[in-house]
Amino acid sequence: MKTNWVWVLTFIGPALILLMIFLIIPIFASFYLSLTDFNVFAMTDWSRARFVGLQNFVELFKDELFWKALINTFYCLVVAMPVTVALSLTCAVLLNREQTMFKSFFRTSFFLPFVTNTVAIAIVWSWLLNPGYGLINWFLSLFGIKGPNWLGDPKWAMPAVIMLVVWKAVGYNTILFLAGLQNIPDFLYEAAELDGATSWQRFWYITLPMLKPTMVFVTTMMIIGYLQLFEEPYMLTQGGPLNSTLSIVLYLYRQGFKFFKLGYASSIAVVLFLMISALTLLRLKLAEQE
Amino acid sequence: MRKRRTSLLQEVTVHGFLFVMAAAMILPFLWMISTSFKTPAEIFVLPPRWIPEEPTIGNYKELFSSINFGRPFMNTVIVASSITFLSLLISSMAGYAFAKFRFKGRDKVFFLILATLMVPGQMTMIPVFLLLRQLGLLNTYAGLILPGVASAFNIFFMRQFITTIPNELIEAARMDGAKESFIYFRIILPLSKPALTTIAIFTFTGSWNSFLWPLIIAQDESMYTLPVSVSVLAGQYGENLGIQMAGSCIVILPIIAFFLFAQRYFIKGIALTGLKG
Repeated sequence: MKTNWVWVLTFIGPALILLMIFLIIPIFASFYLSLTDFNVFAMTDWSRARFVGLQNFVELFKDELFWKALINTFYCLVVAMPVTVALSLTCAVLLNREQTMFKSFFRTSFFLPFVTNTVAIAIVWSWLLNPGYGLINWFLSLFGIKGPNWLGDPKWAMPAVIMLVVWKAVGYNTILFLAGLQNIPDFLYEAAELDGATSWQRFWYITLPMLKPTMVFVTTMMIIGYLQLFEEPYMLTQGGPLNSTLSIVLYLYRQGFKFFKLGYASSIAVVLFLMISALTLLRLKLAEQE
Repeated sequence: MRKRRTSLLQEVTVHGFLFVMAAAMILPFLWMISTSFKTPAEIFVLPPRWIPEEPTIGNYKELFSSINFGRPFMNTVIVASSITFLSLLISSMAGYAFAKFRFKGRDKVFFLILATLMVPGQMTMIPVFLLLRQLGLLNTYAGLILPGVASAFNIFFMRQFITTIPNELIEAARMDGAKESFIYFRIILPLSKPALTTIAIFTFTGSWNSFLWPLIIAQDESMYTLPVSVSVLAGQYGENLGIQMAGSCIVILPIIAFFLFAQRYFIKGIALTGLKG
């Protein structure tokens, strides 16, 4: 068939124009902006931004707050990822058992947090975590535990943020694991059972290896998502106390849209992008080798 | 399916664990709803009263009269529905072209679009903000809607789905002299319903919940969307818990209702996108 360019352009034109303007050109512009000192004065007159080479990155490397944000974000990733995987995998395995009752009720309730607006539910959580009249510390007090001043204590603020992050993510990942589990053929388990494998052995030698594609997908998405941590600390703590919950994106937002140091903020975006790409590739490489 | 003998103890443990998890997921919502109907006197009572003794709709009244929460609600409905409609339209059109047209450079362009899926939103945020500012589109519906319409994922997803539609159907129509527009509206769109539903649900939910973009683009109160308004509420009405919970209910409950209504499609869609990804 001869190519009819009129039809081709009619069909892909609108999408291509929008993608060019709002996605592809901005990506390159971001790289360029990260090499300039674009600041509040350049907002009214772009020509006042000067090309400064790698100066922003050198400054970033020496910026203690940026390192703090980096460490905090990785703290969240390193804790939230295994906890989310453990909880959602457990839920999925339990929901996949034939004997389990009220399956659809459980599935629905696990999923509710995922579709919920993070900003609004974070307000609810900030009250649940209130040391004086919050539900969580009241509940702990029933067991004689004196709960911490969650959001006011630099030691406990990040765990509180992570709690909300995990709470939101469990349902979605449970659904993904459940779909993965349902793809494992039954005869594998039947054969293992004939050989006398215990249920723990069946989980370890059949379920886990067969779930590998799902596991790779789930953990990759978590790396990408958790490194972009923003709304939870923005609402719960504004990055405090003592910057203990300052995340990379929160720092980017502050530099870019509070101080309008858009060049500097762009260099943070570039570093974030490079980190996400590197970790994603590393994760996929590891999956190949296993 | 396999059926194994299990002990009573095992069943109690399993269901106990699941109920604790379910309670942890649901109780924050119940607390939010019940608090939104409480008077200040009743809010801080511990142990919590799940059903208020003197229920009031005062918080909601104040929210819509003195704080004018109707405006951000309308804004959110307008923005989320426009993004969903436009994104469905252009991504299904592009998806059809990438799946079924043969033209030079097709695979290269498609690969370029795929590659952008790896790029986090923060990478485009600052240049798009500057562009919209230059064009005078900050604080406008166009500024809130257009950046959300360009979704590489939606194009990818539509293209994958439309590829599975048999070529014979399209070729037969072309033989009969049907134009591409006719084929798109009469064959491709009707057959793509499952994919369109999935995208519609996720795009609508995503735009309804979106926060960072509207926070940057809507700088005037009249253009705030619900998540931005409710975040401001938390600052301005710091101690007024009832109002804050009523606001949170307005943001959260419509999507929960939508989810409960369309649950089947949500779950199917996730399994679909997850496995394909």
